Amino acid sequence: MRSFLYILSALAVIGLAFWAYRENYETQAAQDQAESLERQIAYKRERLRVLRAEWAYLNRPDRLRELAELNYEALRLMPLQSHQFGRVDQVAYPPEEGLESLGIDFDASVEVSNMEDAQ
Amino acid sequence: MIRTPLRPLARILEVRREGGNPDAIERENIRLRHEEMRDRSRRRAEGRLLVMGVMFFLAFCVVGGRMAVLAQSEPAEPRASAAGAAILAQRADIVDRKNRILATNFNTHSLYAQPQQMIEPERAADELVRIFPDLDHARLVRDFTGKRKFLWVKKKISPEQRQAVHDIGEPGLLFGPREMRLYPNGKLAAHVLGGASFGREGVHAAEVIGVAGLEKFYDARLRDPAQGHKPLKLSIDLTIQAAIERVLHGGMRLMNAKGAAAVLMDAHTGEVVSIASLPDFDPNDRPRPPVSGDASDSPLFNRSVQGVYELGSTFKIFAMAQALELGLVTPSTMIDTQGPLRQDGFKIRDFRNYGPKLTASKVIVKSSNVGTARIARQIGAERQQEFLKSLGFFEPTPLEIIEAAGGQPLLPQRWNELSTMTISYGHGLSSSPLHLAVGYAAIANGGRRVTPTLLHNPNPEPGPRVMSRASADAARIMLRKVVTEGTASMAEVPGYSVAGKTGTADKPRPTGGYYDDKVIATFASFFPAHDPKYVLIVTLDEPVETSGDEPRRTAGWTAVPVAAEIVARVAPLLGLRPVIEPDELADITLTSN
Repeated sequence: MRSFLYILSALAVIGLAFWAYRENYETQAAQDQAESLERQIAYKRERLRVLRAEWAYLNRPDRLRELAELNYEALRLMPLQSHQFGRVDQVAYPPEEGLESLGIDFDASVEVSNMEDAQ
Repeated sequence: MIRTPLRPLARILEVRREGGNPDAIERENIRLRHEEMRDRSRRRAEGRLLVMGVMFFLAFCVVGGRMAVLAQSEPAEPRASAAGAAILAQRADIVDRKNRILATNFNTHSLYAQPQQMIEPERAADELVRIFPDLDHARLVRDFTGKRKFLWVKKKISPEQRQAVHDIGEPGLLFGPREMRLYPNGKLAAHVLGGASFGREGVHAAEVIGVAGLEKFYDARLRDPAQGHKPLKLSIDLTIQAAIERVLHGGMRLMNAKGAAAVLMDAHTGEVVSIASLPDFDPNDRPRPPVSGDASDSPLFNRSVQGVYELGSTFKIFAMAQALELGLVTPSTMIDTQGPLRQDGFKIRDFRNYGPKLTASKVIVKSSNVGTARIARQIGAERQQEFLKSLGFFEPTPLEIIEAAGGQPLLPQRWNELSTMTISYGHGLSSSPLHLAVGYAAIANGGRRVTPTLLHNPNPEPGPRVMSRASADAARIMLRKVVTEGTASMAEVPGYSVAGKTGTADKPRPTGGYYDDKVIATFASFFPAHDPKYVLIVTLDEPVETSGDEPRRTAGWTAVPVAAEIVARVAPLLGLRPVIEPDELADITLTSN
């Protein structure tokens, strides 16, 4: 009986040692992975910062103005002027008969003209 | 163990036979046994002490060894902390009110040399000068072949330059990482941002410190690691700043001015939407401060904050607003404008004679020095000082750039009656354009003092009231009339009824007295006049308008057209829709509130 207990406890020690070593190696592997991921994140963040700076540099007002002047023939971009403000009723909507030919039923429409107040 | 009996029978019998006392044997044996026991326990105690001593020795060895290891090893961040990756930037970004980047960091490299490791120092110097033409060849050769063990060659190099230096193949040329401050918009808002440079430098890293402007004012906040990921959000609007700098630059060239400044401020919150000073500089390559000559001629000089000038007739409205507030005049009170007005042997004259009497409103519209001086005499020196102090004309503006503290207004040493009268039309008290913006904001927003700020803060605490709404409204209507029927007729921008006041002040000579042909032309304005939202101050330094027969220097011909162009360009960008001005006179109520 006693020797059986000895064998059992020895086996338990071996088992526990095996488990502990395995956990240890797994933890180390996870830490290594986390470290490499963190390095990747740091690299990506740095890259993102460079790209942001580059975006800001390429969108600097001086450059945009020069581009607008260079491409005036094609784009006809001018500084925003006060007469460019419009009202909603100045926007041209598509003609109604065109919509009817698409088979849209106007009888089931919802009144929205006073919805602006409700907002 | 063999145990010796206490009374060994053989010996007792022998002693009995000889007639001795057998108890002596017993005692003798007890004594021996006790001695033996004592010796044994001493040995055991000594052994235990030894074991304890060894234990303690080992424990101290462990502690000492650990200390030595800690002292020898490089410090390392805890491995498991995931937040480590979040803080990379040494210095927080600066963004405008719409989160567009004004200042950020950029990783680059520095180049240093360790001449002792060099194989061909002369060739390395030749090649370096080929890559960086600004380096001094003779000096490099001397440094590389001399006794120096270390020297910086370049603080910042681009990746292409780094590759070129790498291709030299010289083991004594080494690179260190550098984080540099980058202002992607170049000269834009240069005076606000200021600039940054390196503080303490090492091979592996260098401290980035702010040297001027906002960068220096908020140096601690920008370097705080806890807030490193949070950008500092300004009230400046990049688009509007660019438009104003562009128009101002054009205006400065057209009016042959040597400098110009503009401030655009939210009249209700005190947020500075744009603040410009020309000539300007590139904060990426900040010029050195001048060592000789006038500091105000340097591009580093911020005219809108540091430049204290006598701002001329723009001050008249403060005297008028105070007189309205005190009930001394109403807009229709007749004021004696018969000139010249003599005071302490000094004659106050008008630009031209406006007749014997004008209404108070007309005094502002025609810009009569005599009329304003008479009103100021009624107010008196003490009350005038109090009012100007409440508008902030006595101390530097609290703007969040380091230069703002340098904009201390110049006040008269003795504030006598003559000073009161000249200050009422803007002579004798020098202040910066930003001071003027704060004063005009109080009129524009209905009588509340605002605190100028560069930080985005749409809902600040309302400032203290400096005048009643009725007085502010009356002053506002007068300023509108200056544009519709007075000296600032060129400021009329269709759809954005501008209200404002011109001011032309002769520049003081450094030797005393005033120049005849050098002026500071200012236009202080706000728009839209019926519901003011923004205050705009435009100042031109020594402008001359030469399209007419004779050179014209008054603000009405110089600063006003520039300001009008700025309003026309900027108001749509601010999202202000052009409106037809409501009839002002119908809805004036002069009841006090």
